Amino acid sequence: MSYVAQTPEQIRGLIAKAKRRDVLFVALGVIALGIGFATFLALFLDMLLDGWGRLRPEFFTQFPSRRAAQAGILSAWVGTFLVMIVTAAVAVPLGVSAGIYLEEYAPKNWVTDVIEINITNLAGVPSIVYGLLALGLFVYAFGLGQSVQTAGLTLALLILPVVIVATREAIRAIPAMIREGAYAVGATRWQTVKDHIIPYSMPGILTGVIIGMSRAIGETAPIITIGALTFIAFLPPAPVGAEFPFLSFEWLKAPFTVMPIQMFNWTSRPDPAFHANAAAAGTILVFMTLAMNGLAIWLRYRLRKNIKW
Amino acid sequence: MRFTNSLLAAALASALSTAALAQGALVRIDGSSTVYPVTEAVAEEFQKAEKGRIKVTVGISGTGGGFKKFCRGETDISGASRPILKQEMEDCAKAGITYYELPVAFDALTVVVNPKNTWLDRGITVEQLKRMWEPGAQGKVMRWNQIDPAWPDQPLKLFGAGADSGTFDYFTEAIVGKSKSSRGDFTASEDDNVLVQGVQRDVNALGFFGYAYYAENKDKLKSVPIIEKAGKPAVRPDMATVLDGSYQPLSRPIFIYVSAKGYERDEVKKFVEYYLTHGAKLAQEVKYVPLPPKAYALNREHLAKGKKGTVFGGVSEVGVRIDDLLAREAKL
Repeated sequence: MSYVAQTPEQIRGLIAKAKRRDVLFVALGVIALGIGFATFLALFLDMLLDGWGRLRPEFFTQFPSRRAAQAGILSAWVGTFLVMIVTAAVAVPLGVSAGIYLEEYAPKNWVTDVIEINITNLAGVPSIVYGLLALGLFVYAFGLGQSVQTAGLTLALLILPVVIVATREAIRAIPAMIREGAYAVGATRWQTVKDHIIPYSMPGILTGVIIGMSRAIGETAPIITIGALTFIAFLPPAPVGAEFPFLSFEWLKAPFTVMPIQMFNWTSRPDPAFHANAAAAGTILVFMTLAMNGLAIWLRYRLRKNIKW
Repeated sequence: MRFTNSLLAAALASALSTAALAQGALVRIDGSSTVYPVTEAVAEEFQKAEKGRIKVTVGISGTGGGFKKFCRGETDISGASRPILKQEMEDCAKAGITYYELPVAFDALTVVVNPKNTWLDRGITVEQLKRMWEPGAQGKVMRWNQIDPAWPDQPLKLFGAGADSGTFDYFTEAIVGKSKSSRGDFTASEDDNVLVQGVQRDVNALGFFGYAYYAENKDKLKSVPIIEKAGKPAVRPDMATVLDGSYQPLSRPIFIYVSAKGYERDEVKKFVEYYLTHGAKLAQEVKYVPLPPKAYALNREHLAKGKKGTVFGGVSEVGVRIDDLLAREAKL
C-alpha cells in the first residue's frame, strides 16, 4: 500500500487510522499505569487497614516492647532519621563534587571513561554487597563499630552513584551558551562552576539526592549485615547539651535500630498483634518516603522558578 | 569566625575524648532468635527498673552467628538454643574469651497439624516421624497411608524450619538421628508465621516449630502428642510435661553465655542477677518453660565460685531432661 494520498477520502482514511492508533496507545499507557497504581494502592490500603488501630501518637513516643499494645517506634524512627542525616552529609558533598569534576574538569581520556562506566555499574550492585563491604571496611578495619556513623556511611556509599549520575545529568541540561558566556567575559573555571553551574543544576541535583535517600530509607539488607540491633529501648545521646561545648557527636557512635528492621522483627513474631504494629510502621515508612519525594518536587519547583536563562 | 572555629574544635575534641565513655553502662547481647523473646523481656524490665542508668541492646544473629561475635569479644552475653560446639569453644579459647554457661529456660519443639486432622489425635511415634522426615523419604513417602495404613490415602504436606536455624538442627538430630539430615522436599521457612499459615490452610499438612508459635496460634492449629518409643505414653507439649521430662525427645534447654571478662563489669553483673531473679516469670510470660528454682540457684553458685566453661563438652545432645541438666551443672 502506498502512503502517497490521491483523493481527499484516502487522506481522511489515513488520518482516521493514525488517530485510532493514537487512542490505542493512550489506552495501553493508561492500563499499564493503572496496573502499577492499583497494585500499590491495594498493598498500601491493606497495610493501612491492618495497622490503623496502632496509628496513635503513643506509637511514635514509645520504645519497642514485648507487649504489642505498648510497643512503639521511637528508637526506630529516631535511628532512621539520624542515619539519614549522616547519609546526606556524606553522600551529597562527595557525590556532587564528583559529578561536577567529571562533567567540568575531567580530561576526556580512557581513565575518565573507565571511571564513568564503573559509576554507572555501581548503581546496579545489590545492596547486600555494600553491607558486606561496610562490615569488613567500616566495622572491622576502621573500627567504627556497629553504630549510626557506620550505617550512615554504608547507605551513603549505596546512593553515591545515584547522586553522581543525577548531578551529571543536571549539569548536562545546562545550555552550553551559559558556560561559553561566562568564559567569554573572563570568568575562571571555578567562578563559572560556583556562580552558574551549581545554581542552575541545583534542582536536578536535589531531585537525585532525594531519590537516592528514598531508596536508602527502606534498605534493610546492608543495615542488618553491619549489625543493627533488634531491641533498643533508649535513644542515642542528644546532639545538643546544656553544658559547654553545647554540641556533642556522641550519637554518631551509638548503637541503633531503623524502621525496616523494626518492621522485620515484628512480622516474624508469633503474636498476631505484632503484625498490626508492623503494618503501622510500614505505613509510616511509606509516608516518610512520600514526604521526601514531595519535598523533592517542591524544592525543584521553587528553585526552577529562580532560574532565568 | 574564630569563635565558630574554636567551638567546632572543642566539640570535636570532646567527641573524641568521650569515645570510651559512651560504652560505659552498656550491656551488649546477641545470639539465638529462640532465646531472644526471653532476653528481650528481661532487658525491657531491667531497663525500666534501672531507670535508664544501664542500657541494654539485644540483636538476633542466630546461635552460631552470636557465638562468632561473642568469641571476638564484641558482645557481653550470647543467647544459644543449643550448647556451645567444639569449634566455637576453640575460637573463644584462641581469643582468650572465657564464659559462664547459664541455662535459663526450656523450649518444646511442637509438631502441629490442622485442627481437622483426627488421625493423629492418639499421637505419633518418633519412629513414624523419622520415616516421614529422613532423607530417604524424599520423593517416596508422599501419602499419609504410607506411614500407617490406618491413616487416610491423602497427600502428605510437610512444613518445617529453614536449614539455617537451630530449630532445624535440633529437630533433625532428635528425630532423624543426625543434625541437618532431612528430606529436602518440604516447605521450609525461617519465618515461623509462614509455617503456621501453611498448616492452618491444609488438612493434610504437618509442621514443627517452637512452642511459643503454637501457644499463640492454638485456635488455628493442633499439637500432636509424641510417643518417644513403642509402649510409652503419647505426650502433648505443655509446661507440665516439659518440666517433668515426659515430653521427649523434643524439649530442649536454652542458654545464655556470659563473658567472664564482661561479668567483671558492674552493669553486666546487675543484668545477669536480674535475669536469674526474674527470668523464670518472664520466660513463662513469653511461653517458655521456666526452670525449677534450683537451676537458678546453681547458676548463681557457678557465678559466685567462678566456675566457667560448658558441661556439654562441645557436643550437641538431644533429650536432656531438666534433672540431667541440673545433675551435670552441679558437677561443674
